[in-house]
Amino acid sequence: MPEQLVFAMEVFLNGLMAGVLYALVALGFVLIFKASGIFNYAQGVMALFSAMTLVGIMKGQVPFAHVINVIFGTDVHYFGWTVPALLAIILTVAVMVLFAWAVQKYIFSHLVGQEPIILFMATIGLAYFLEGVGDLMWNSEIKKLDVGLPQGINEAIDNYTFNIFDYGFFIDNLDIVATLIAALLVGGLVIFSQYSKEGRAMRAVADDHQAALSVGVSLNFIWIMVWSVAGFVALVAGIMWGTKSGVQFSLSLIALKALPVLMLGGFTSIPGAIVGGLIIGVGEKLFEFAIGPMVGGATENWFAYVLALIFLVFRPQGLFGEKIIERV
Amino acid sequence: MKIKLTTMALTALMAAGPAMADLVFPSLSYRTGPFAAGGIPFADGYADYFTLLNERDGGIGGVPAKLIECETAYNTEKGVECYESTKDEGALIYQPLSTGITYQLIPKATADGIPIHSMGYGRTSAKNGKVFSHVFNYPVNYWDGASVGINHFKKQAGGSLEGKKITLLHFNGAYGKEPIPTLEALSAQEGFSLNTIAIDYPGQEQKSQWLQIRRERPDYVLFWGWGVMNQVAVQEASNIRFPMENFMGIWWSGAELDVLPAGDGANGYKALQFHNVGSDFPIFDDIKQYVTDAGKAAGAGDQIGTVLYNRGVYAAFLAAEAAKAAQAANGTKEITAAMMRDSMEALTIDEAKMAAAGLPGFGPEFQVSCENHGGGGMAAVAQWDATAKTWSLISDFEASDSGIIEPLIMADSKAFADENGIAERCN
Amino acid sequence: MFYREAGDFKTSYTDDNQTFPIKFDRYRYYVVLTVAFGIIPFLINDYWANAFLLPFLIYSIAAIGLNILTGYCGQVSLGTGGFMAVGAYACYKLMTAFPDVNIFFHVIAAGGITAIVCTAFGLPSLRIKGFYLAVATLAAQFFLVWLFNKVSWFYNYSASGQINAPERTVFGVPVTGANTEAWATYLFCLVFLAISAIIARNLTRGMQGRKWMAIRDMDIAAEIIGVNPLRAKLSAFAVSGFFIGISGALFFAVYLGAAEAGDSFGIQKSFLVLFMIIIGGLGSIFGSFAGAAFLVLLPVALKLVGVDFLGWPTDIVAHIQLIIVGALIIIFLIAEPHGIAQLWRVAKEKLRLWPFPH
Repeated sequence: MPEQLVFAMEVFLNGLMAGVLYALVALGFVLIFKASGIFNYAQGVMALFSAMTLVGIMKGQVPFAHVINVIFGTDVHYFGWTVPALLAIILTVAVMVLFAWAVQKYIFSHLVGQEPIILFMATIGLAYFLEGVGDLMWNSEIKKLDVGLPQGINEAIDNYTFNIFDYGFFIDNLDIVATLIAALLVGGLVIFSQYSKEGRAMRAVADDHQAALSVGVSLNFIWIMVWSVAGFVALVAGIMWGTKSGVQFSLSLIALKALPVLMLGGFTSIPGAIVGGLIIGVGEKLFEFAIGPMVGGATENWFAYVLALIFLVFRPQGLFGEKIIERV
Repeated sequence: MKIKLTTMALTALMAAGPAMADLVFPSLSYRTGPFAAGGIPFADGYADYFTLLNERDGGIGGVPAKLIECETAYNTEKGVECYESTKDEGALIYQPLSTGITYQLIPKATADGIPIHSMGYGRTSAKNGKVFSHVFNYPVNYWDGASVGINHFKKQAGGSLEGKKITLLHFNGAYGKEPIPTLEALSAQEGFSLNTIAIDYPGQEQKSQWLQIRRERPDYVLFWGWGVMNQVAVQEASNIRFPMENFMGIWWSGAELDVLPAGDGANGYKALQFHNVGSDFPIFDDIKQYVTDAGKAAGAGDQIGTVLYNRGVYAAFLAAEAAKAAQAANGTKEITAAMMRDSMEALTIDEAKMAAAGLPGFGPEFQVSCENHGGGGMAAVAQWDATAKTWSLISDFEASDSGIIEPLIMADSKAFADENGIAERCN
Repeated sequence: MFYREAGDFKTSYTDDNQTFPIKFDRYRYYVVLTVAFGIIPFLINDYWANAFLLPFLIYSIAAIGLNILTGYCGQVSLGTGGFMAVGAYACYKLMTAFPDVNIFFHVIAAGGITAIVCTAFGLPSLRIKGFYLAVATLAAQFFLVWLFNKVSWFYNYSASGQINAPERTVFGVPVTGANTEAWATYLFCLVFLAISAIIARNLTRGMQGRKWMAIRDMDIAAEIIGVNPLRAKLSAFAVSGFFIGISGALFFAVYLGAAEAGDSFGIQKSFLVLFMIIIGGLGSIFGSFAGAAFLVLLPVALKLVGVDFLGWPTDIVAHIQLIIVGALIIIFLIAEPHGIAQLWRVAKEKLRLWPFPH
């Protein structure tokens, strides 16, 4: 087999893995957009905030320590205990549910019926707010996140492919775990939305607010639930990316990676997010591999967008988006 | 429209003249934004050194140093606002701590007659004092860094880089592209083949780049990164089992926080430094005694001895030494920015001065002159020990290959001089 | 009391259609112009020019540009930063290639070049709508920034990739470069802003503006009544690009003096300008001014209060600043989704009736 083709296969596989991570972030967007028509720009900051909270709880950091120290002249930083990862994750989920409740009660219940662009802006405001709160609460250092996920090259795949192609493929263990978790998450979400009472209510709301309301579905509850689930998805994405690079500000920028995925897959489709993520992941990696060296590299940031843009010209609602029917 | 009127009313309020009593050192720091983690220790070190001088010696030559901190968030517009809001307070020197802000301040500060010291960043060709009268980048610049790094690899390879493959992995922006001309010239001279791989901001995702490195198997990798890029690069290098001792970062990619998240995998990673690392210097005892224990530390006090904190201390030390020299040369304690500039141009840092300040062997010895605003271009290589969690210098401060760098500096500064119609000085 | 149309008789249609039909408004407008052109230049200093006035003037131009596209024509764009970069780099290339031509024309030409680029990126808007379009314009943002970073022709092959504005003069007074006076840069930008605002105002209340608004309100319906969507949308992109290009050129040449695509024209810029028009008011020229003023003044005001008066550490203030800006955006959207312009309209309406509201 020619060497370039083997390399391309390796790039392809890694693109798939990266795509799963993008899809994970995109999933959070889709959930909220589907249920409430809100394009939640704060999803990236939510990932950052939840990961920071997780680390903070695990290390027993005192929230707002810096502010407390400045105001009261004290010198507190840590409670002096550590919390096991699993318990900390549960506590973080609780924080995200609380956050969802607050967002619904104080922001979006006042904005019901507004135009989509206004709702979008509100989430940008929310992103700023959360960014400031997150840094004040847990400080802006880079935090090492270790919840016991494996990392590094997968030996088995390396050896196996080496025997076949004479070149061992590099697949990161973390990516494999991420893929598994993402698959579980999507499976769980599908089961939840298809078979549970709340899930059905959620789909009813997504279909038609008014009709759902008239058959007795509590919109408020559904929206809080959707934001909580999105918060949980953000936490999972935060853990994956945070393990890789440490928990720090840049985590909030992963939202930008998810936007082309959304365009491609359609804003309202969960399978769309997954497929879109895979296409973007593979597409940008293969492009960087094949064309990148000719144009000087670092093409990944814009290529995803251009790919999605070209795609949209032919299918304006994305792969799995609802068909846009316009009437006068 | 009404806002304009309010603005004017405020203008009248703010126009009151500043007091000139203290020696003013503005600190354009960034404690927020994408690079906060790197900006905080530097700002703390810078502030703590001046606090120490004030607490222990009563200032510089008896005049208290006044530090005005202004948050830039690494954002060029905020940097401009910071500059304008502090320059009328009698600012003696600006250390913008961002290449973008440095570029903006070069014309502004030159026109206002305030010196800029961009230590290990900023415009490399500012080394040519004939063109850049108010800009200093001693003791070292990026092109020196590239050259010292290559020299280190050369030694490591047993004296010759003939036929070796070296990859430059760099931030896709002004800062990351700086070393490319130097490396190209060096590649022609030393006979190694050079490949450059760019990473776009922010650099959270570097799989493509590292897969490429894994395929091409370069002998050595030089790395110009900043922010999250650093942590991810070190992590990915350890993931693909790249031999860490062949992987070297510039000084902005070589702090504790860059390697700690990768754990043991980062062991052996190298980085260039232009000052010493660790907390084993007398000054840190003084800082503990007079600053931290007195509750006057700028930060949490846990950063002492880290690479970036030390760099902040070093920057403050160089500024304070120049101020001291200016006081001595002019026979007055209340120096101005113009005196500061003259004194920076005649600055000599030797072992005696460093030892007197409690920093023996902390940085290279160097001299600044009218033609040479960049010092000796000496840098050392540090290596990370993941078990002990410490950096340590594994080489002396070594000079760069000035035969390669000088012509490049002359060419770039000449282009700037031509574009802006600047006549050469020092003739 | 003063603010009413009583006694202000109109004898022609032209009179009736003027921008400020109420006498008091007209006088206020002349007073503002006099103050802006005749008084502020004498009071201004470096700090006020560089910290408030220049960014306010330049962002106002950008906001007017984006408001035409988003507020009047309904095409949400997140590519503003990239288009400003086009203006900046075009201006730089022109300044260095034709040093003898007056900078004034370079800025105009930079606007023209941006208009062309912007129109090209506007083509997909014929197919793609709503949020899909917003995200699609991000492609322009990322691609343009990457391009300016990669192709060294754009920055004249300098080693660092930064562009520097050389000194250029208008009537012998330097407006770019190192030796500028605050009043000169201020007046230079003010002239551009005044011209832009007048052009924009007259475009938007004429036939072109009505076409745009028809497209915004419902493009299919507009098409049926005879508005050509291709022309209307692309003309909005072109006009918007022209203003945004001018603001980008001024931003680089006059305000910053040095720039780098990724640093100065990143995605944050796109969001910032979008904030401005939403807080100021979509579909309102005054809203563009108000939004720009609000978002330029607020952070600096908060910094002054927090750091200089209260003496808090800069990082806490910066974080609180984020929180307050975020919260204010949300509060604004909840209290008045149509922005400051709407508040202003309501206030004017109240004033008309005051002190006899019945």
